[in-house]
Amino acid sequence: MLSTVLIYKALIALGVFAVSLVIAMYSTYGERKIAAFIQDRVGPDRAGPWGILQPLADGGKMFLKEELIPGIANKWLFILGPSISMFVANISSVVIPWARPMVMEDGSTFHFQVSDINIGVLYVFGVVSIGVYGIMIGGWASNNKYSLLGTLRASSQMISYELAMGLSLVALIMTTGSLSLNDIVEKQDADFCNFVYQPLGFLIFIICAFAECNRAPFDLPESESELVGGYHTEFTSMKLGFYLFAEYINMFASSALMATLYFGGYHFPFENELIPSLGENGVRILGFVLLMGKIIFFIFLFMWVRWTIPRFRYDQLMNLGWKSLLPLSILNLVLTGIIMAFTEGWLKF
Amino acid sequence: MKLTNRSKVVSNKEMSIAEKLYLPGIAKGLAITLKHSFQKPVTTKYPEQKREFSPIYRGWHVLKRDEAGAERCTACGLCAVACPAEAITMEAAERKKGEEHLYREEKYAAVYEINMLRCIFCGLCEEACPKEAIFLTDRIVDAEMNRNTMIYGKDKLVEAIDNRVDVSKRQTPAVAEFKKDKFHTHNQTWQDRLNAGHDSDHH
Amino acid sequence: MITQYLFYFLSALAITGAIFVVFTRNPVYSALALIVTFFSIAGHYFLLNSTFLAAVHIIVYSGAIMVLFLYVIMMMNLNLDEEPVKTNFAKFGAVISGCLLMLVLIVALRDAEKMSIQNNISEGLGTVNYLGQVLYKNYLLPFEVSAILFLSGMVGAVLLGKREIQ
Repeated sequence: MLSTVLIYKALIALGVFAVSLVIAMYSTYGERKIAAFIQDRVGPDRAGPWGILQPLADGGKMFLKEELIPGIANKWLFILGPSISMFVANISSVVIPWARPMVMEDGSTFHFQVSDINIGVLYVFGVVSIGVYGIMIGGWASNNKYSLLGTLRASSQMISYELAMGLSLVALIMTTGSLSLNDIVEKQDADFCNFVYQPLGFLIFIICAFAECNRAPFDLPESESELVGGYHTEFTSMKLGFYLFAEYINMFASSALMATLYFGGYHFPFENELIPSLGENGVRILGFVLLMGKIIFFIFLFMWVRWTIPRFRYDQLMNLGWKSLLPLSILNLVLTGIIMAFTEGWLKF
Repeated sequence: MKLTNRSKVVSNKEMSIAEKLYLPGIAKGLAITLKHSFQKPVTTKYPEQKREFSPIYRGWHVLKRDEAGAERCTACGLCAVACPAEAITMEAAERKKGEEHLYREEKYAAVYEINMLRCIFCGLCEEACPKEAIFLTDRIVDAEMNRNTMIYGKDKLVEAIDNRVDVSKRQTPAVAEFKKDKFHTHNQTWQDRLNAGHDSDHH
Repeated sequence: MITQYLFYFLSALAITGAIFVVFTRNPVYSALALIVTFFSIAGHYFLLNSTFLAAVHIIVYSGAIMVLFLYVIMMMNLNLDEEPVKTNFAKFGAVISGCLLMLVLIVALRDAEKMSIQNNISEGLGTVNYLGQVLYKNYLLPFEVSAILFLSGMVGAVLLGKREIQ
């Protein structure tokens, strides 16, 4: 029995890996298309019908380009940097539950999730916090001042925004009472989705997610107008591709996280009323499709914001992180605590 | 003076709390970009879809032949002198006996080259030409991978006998009217000129 | 069985990393080796079933403190040839403090064998729930006092950073 579960888990891991890669691949296409639509253009439309083969062409180009390692660069760390970025981006979606758990014949529940770690949220945090090493090591190993400046910006930005992100999540964990993503999703089945209870927390979380993914308006580490290419200035070929691709995978993972934590994951309104007509599996598949829809909406939001808002200045970025988001998230934490104290009846008046 | 009513006076006044939140501003920006994404794209999909040319568009040059197929250019060099970019070079040669059907005049351009990287497509060569031999057409000069192929020789400039290039757009109505008058040698073919005995070679 | 192999692997990794930290001359390599050591120690915590401690160890030490360390090292551009010359007094002090640390470790580990015999730990030891219960019920006062200690440390750091304004 254990081995069958193991095989299924391996299949799910493989599936999550494939899905995140394919979605990241088509995010690059989507980004170019959305940029084009917003700027009244057509976008890529030459490779295949509506240009849907464009990501394949881009990937082929990345693989076939000349591979350069600068003479003064630190060779091993130069290779290690993009590898860490890609690896960390891929392992962050491990704890996300993808569909309603299934009750097996022997009574055990099977979770459609690569790993049901009971500290899921902390795991995500750990992964996010080590994600900066890919950028730091690669940027430092390039031995280039632009890379180094991009690296320093990336590390300080990530450290600053992790705090507010963590505190906004602590309030969410307080209302749920568990660090496991499974429990957080299941809680949203009975009640409303967490967004209703934690609107401020969600706002802080999404802003910090933008900053953690190095996406505009927080793309200072790679701002091409002043830092050439930021931390990936010296990278060519597939190593550059890894950095760019990791960004899109991170976007997918954080979108999945937002959908799971704040928008009910695979749950949707009136699903229990639909079970008699659609059956358990029908609702499960519909829930998965809707989860994907939520994720794709958030990825769209990432791109929509990127092509709308100009980049922050560095002092504005730090002011926003430390002077606005951090106090706001503490306020959110305290408010949540007070409200919970009243509703849960801990304080008697 | 106010030219449009879209201009805004910039001020450094203290922002209100609603403005400091930035969120309404961001929402406004997102609405604008979303509105634009539903607008018709302004792109012209080039190879399939061509933008409308101006009637006097000046592109790839053509060296014309007369109606019977002889090259009109006599290698006088006026175009090269007129050229402000010094893009035109040529080598003249004397017409041999039996080549009357190839070249109208007794002197012709054995080599005629235009460097398309230097050319500014001003059309002064066309104005300078006394023989109505060179015209700028509405054909677009191709992009090339290296500089040498951007120097166009006679193979790319002289029009093919069976695939004439229409230059009537480059002529005023008065000129078009004049072209019908076959009494002038300028408008005759090489055969007409031989028969009328204008060509000094054979007298 | 697997846990035993994992234990040996992680121990070897941790010790190699620690030796690297001391012996590499490039400060960035030292910092990276220290990160490897931290990760293997987090792995040890995982093996001991204290997932919360492992995750927090990664988040705090590898994710925040070492990032700041690396940040400072990269910013200062420490070159190999600018290594400060150590005086004999400093070397002597280093040897003495190293020996003292050794002594402390020996004394601390002397009782380790006895401790491992008491193996009647409950199932949930090391998990978040257990840790929360212990911290907020049994040891609430020390916990809050240590929080105040941290706060005073933060205030002191801010004061030091803003010294020139006064």
